[in-house]
Amino acid sequence: MRALQRKMFRDLWILRGPSLAIGLVMASGVATFVMSLSTLSTLYHARLSYYERYRFANVFVNVKRAPETLKSRLAEIPGVMHVGTRITQFVNLDLPDMREPATGRLLSLPDHGEPAVNRLYLRSGRWPELERPDEVLISDGFATAHRLQSGDRVRAILNGRRQDLRIVGIALSPEFIYQIREGDIIPDDRRFGIFWMRRRSLEAAFQMTGAFNNAVLLLSPGTDELQTIREVDRLTDPYGGTGAYGRGEQSSHKFISNEMEELRGMALFVPTIFILVAAWMMQVVFSRLIGTQREQIATLKAFGYSSTEVGLHYLQFVIFLAWLGTGLGIGVGTWLGRGVATMYSRFFHFPEFDFHLDSRVVLASIVISTLSAGIAVIIPVRKAMHLPPAEAMRPELPPAFGSTWLESLAVLRRAPVELRMIVRQMIRQPIRLTLTCLGLSLAVAVLILGSFMLDGLNYVMESEFNVAQRQDMTLTFVEPSQGRVLSEVAHLPGVISAEPFRSVPVRLRSEHHSRRLGLMGLRTNGRLFRIANVHRQSQSVPETGLILSSQLARVLSVRPGETVTIEVLEGRRPVQSMRVAGLVEDFQGEAAYASIDAVHRLMQEGDAVSGAFLAADTRQTAELYRELKRTPRLIGASLKGSALIALRETIISSILLMRTFNIGFACIIACGVVYNSARITLAERTRELATMRVIGFTRGEIGRILLGELAILTLLAIPLGLGIGHVMADFVIRAAYDTELFRIPLVIARSTDALAALVTLLAAVCTGLIVSHRLARLDLVAVLKTRE
Amino acid sequence: MIINVDDAGDAPATDVNLREPVFRARGLTKIYHVGEVDVCALRGIDLELYAGEFVVLLGASGSGKSTLLNILGGLDCPTAGDVWFRDHDLVHATDADLTRYRRDHVGFVFQFYNLIPSLTARENVALITDIAEESMTPEAALGLVGLTARLDHFPAQLSGGEQQRVAIARAIAKQPDVLLCDEPTGALDVQTGITVLESLERVNEELGTTTAIITHNAVIARMANRIITLSDGRIVGEETNAVRSRASELVW
Ligand SMILES: Nc1ncnc2c1ncn2[C@@H]1O[C@H](COP(=O)(O)OP(=O)(O)OP(=O)(O)O)[C@@H](O)[C@H]1O
Ligand SMILES: [Mg+2]
Repeated sequence: MRALQRKMFRDLWILRGPSLAIGLVMASGVATFVMSLSTLSTLYHARLSYYERYRFANVFVNVKRAPETLKSRLAEIPGVMHVGTRITQFVNLDLPDMREPATGRLLSLPDHGEPAVNRLYLRSGRWPELERPDEVLISDGFATAHRLQSGDRVRAILNGRRQDLRIVGIALSPEFIYQIREGDIIPDDRRFGIFWMRRRSLEAAFQMTGAFNNAVLLLSPGTDELQTIREVDRLTDPYGGTGAYGRGEQSSHKFISNEMEELRGMALFVPTIFILVAAWMMQVVFSRLIGTQREQIATLKAFGYSSTEVGLHYLQFVIFLAWLGTGLGIGVGTWLGRGVATMYSRFFHFPEFDFHLDSRVVLASIVISTLSAGIAVIIPVRKAMHLPPAEAMRPELPPAFGSTWLESLAVLRRAPVELRMIVRQMIRQPIRLTLTCLGLSLAVAVLILGSFMLDGLNYVMESEFNVAQRQDMTLTFVEPSQGRVLSEVAHLPGVISAEPFRSVPVRLRSEHHSRRLGLMGLRTNGRLFRIANVHRQSQSVPETGLILSSQLARVLSVRPGETVTIEVLEGRRPVQSMRVAGLVEDFQGEAAYASIDAVHRLMQEGDAVSGAFLAADTRQTAELYRELKRTPRLIGASLKGSALIALRETIISSILLMRTFNIGFACIIACGVVYNSARITLAERTRELATMRVIGFTRGEIGRILLGELAILTLLAIPLGLGIGHVMADFVIRAAYDTELFRIPLVIARSTDALAALVTLLAAVCTGLIVSHRLARLDLVAVLKTRE
Repeated sequence: MIINVDDAGDAPATDVNLREPVFRARGLTKIYHVGEVDVCALRGIDLELYAGEFVVLLGASGSGKSTLLNILGGLDCPTAGDVWFRDHDLVHATDADLTRYRRDHVGFVFQFYNLIPSLTARENVALITDIAEESMTPEAALGLVGLTARLDHFPAQLSGGEQQRVAIARAIAKQPDVLLCDEPTGALDVQTGITVLESLERVNEELGTTTAIITHNAVIARMANRIITLSDGRIVGEETNAVRSRASELVW
């Protein structure tokens, strides 16, 4: 090894403290980058190959009842490679390990062999036999949630008849990677499962011989999806087609895309913060290093090292440091990525979901860290390169301390010497001061970024459950039922009151914008389920006209007073235009409400109801459930509390995990910045401080001078960081969490602010103590003897 | 002092009768601009240094000695005038030319040693031999200044005199044509100073290196072939020693 390289490694060892701080901050940034982008790419590729290998459909359509002969006509549409026709039905499940009923979705398999579209991955067991009508495959998530195995039985109510279904295998489908019940926003594997049965059994159970009610189409690449959808709609229209849709509106696909969107947002945002902080720390450390090595640089040049060689020497140093951090970051990022992948595999059901470290991500992180390191030190390195050797032989001039306007302040003139020294020092280096302060405030901001999501979700949950959804339970019927079913429901044990709702699948259109969704008909004077806005105020349902979520209004670009076209996708499928009576700024991504009477008028029907909201006496829930489990017409009874638990189990656990990471990262930033600043101050002022010790200042007084500046900066950085954190949180919300599916409001709890401030403060104090410990060990004689 | 002569190198030219100028300076002027004021460090210096010569530069503080030496060493450029090292024009040279010149021809010894504190004695010398074309090994150079026993010591583990000898070893390791020393004994006691001067004397004698030494100590001048005295940026005196003293005979 050449001597100059040896010098680099020795210098690195001497600067191991600051280097470690820089390396860790860099590593944190790279780790988040690698973790989120690799997870993103893992998710992307897993989905892509799953879709390809298992022939995930491109177009989906539900019909009321279509003859099997329609299949060949669908297959003739240009670009359609395969058509699968199926019978699907929601059923009420009675599970021994659950008091309340759960929902099952039955889905037919062809009588022979495997489906051509949306093929299944059989995790265990075998395919159901045609001769045994009670044999089913169940979805992986549901099986795991209930610890069900082949051979177990599940009781379901099929078309009014109770039947025991025998599990013969556990399967996964690209259709249900994210297994979520239509209309829900949180997957709940306990309360919702998919059951695949041979078609003949379903035909028999639901009187669907020679007919289907669901079709999936696989298109050849490059086929115009919109054109196909139009064609499918034309063909299915006579059979009660509810409008074909593409993957973009398929719930599983939509949720995964949504998750990928969030990962992408995170991959860009958080690492940028870390890399900026690391770059700044490098700049500070290298300015200082090159400052102290002036004479060494001059000596090198005097002996014939060229400016380029000198520049490369320092550049090599910083890049080596950056690579150390990057290497560590890639390692940690991979580890975190595996963790996230494991977490994902709990609610994304893939046949296999193994974390893959994407080599392009690794390469990108190396390039980014190298470039940012290079740019960070460009000024000090240029200074080193341009240092005239003759000049550098002379010791650096003492810094010019002039009197400034601050000095003239009467307060300061009477202030103790220490404070005056601190203030002078601070005034002398305004840029570094600002950057230190900014660095610390970024630590605060990172903490806020890591926690605010939880505040938002808590706020949503509280609002939804206390203001909007005050029912204890929601019942959903298989088919719209007569209004008098309500009085039956009201007589169920423990039911205090019941309110009906009518929900119909519609497509809302305004000019060229359109959206498929469920239009919710509610009682105008409802007390159990109300429309509420983000400010927790409830809004009444108007007699006529629609209330749209403001998100939906934006998508359709309509304003109150304007009209939208409603195409009903059910029954006689009327088309009507309706006035937008008002908007509600709510947490739902896209939602539309009307009075139940208005929906009845729209449907030209009597008093049909889709379900009911119940207020129930909790002391009688056991009997109520027992009754509900026996009700054939029911496909679901969702309990308010259960949604909450599901939310906890899935989203919140992942947010908590992220928050833990973020606290760690923020501590690294805070410690790194404080440590770095304190070390530099110590290095720059060792002689001065040692001299003061010699002339009689106590260790405490010296410590105060050294750390006073940092204390002031930390106190300034906290409010600044809270501000930055709030602005960034708002940005993140807009960038990643304002999706079609749901919106999380920008709510930041006091406790989050307090936590951010406290963690930063603690990190600063601990680091300060470590540095002042160094000060205590300061060898006065050695310091004063050395010539600087 | 035990000196290992085995690696000393080419035939030395002990006497300076060759009269072949290595350096030629004409009308050398250096003006520093410090704010509004101009500081005139050199005011028209005419000078020749000959191959193998041992020259001592004397003069009061601020008389321009370091400035002159820096210009000769290619560390600095004059404001006006000409300097030639053999056929190299040092005034109109580019930065890269000067770097090349220093790398190939010049060895420096500074008052405060200027060793790289993070490198051992051997590595400090290696730093220079790494980039030189015809160099001796770091061990040989350190042997020449009597530091064979201290190869792997860091500067902080060496005395001032030892550090200065490492600096000399570093300067001579690449067998430079000229050795420029700015107050090499300034920070040393008498005995150590003499040890250092003995090293310089050996290098001058055995390698035939043209040596210029700045000093405030007139006693050292007795070692020189020639003594040049500066005052206020001008050469005010020049004498030749008929008989040179050995470094070991000096007393101050
Ligand atoms: N970089 C500089 N900027 C301004 N003035 C300078 C600079 N370098 C030298 N000088 C001035 O030029 C004059 C000559 O300086 P020089 O260092 O050559 O003196 P010297 O003879 O080596 O003195 P000493 O014996 O104290 O080392 C002095 O007045 C000095 O102040
Ligand atoms: Mg001088």
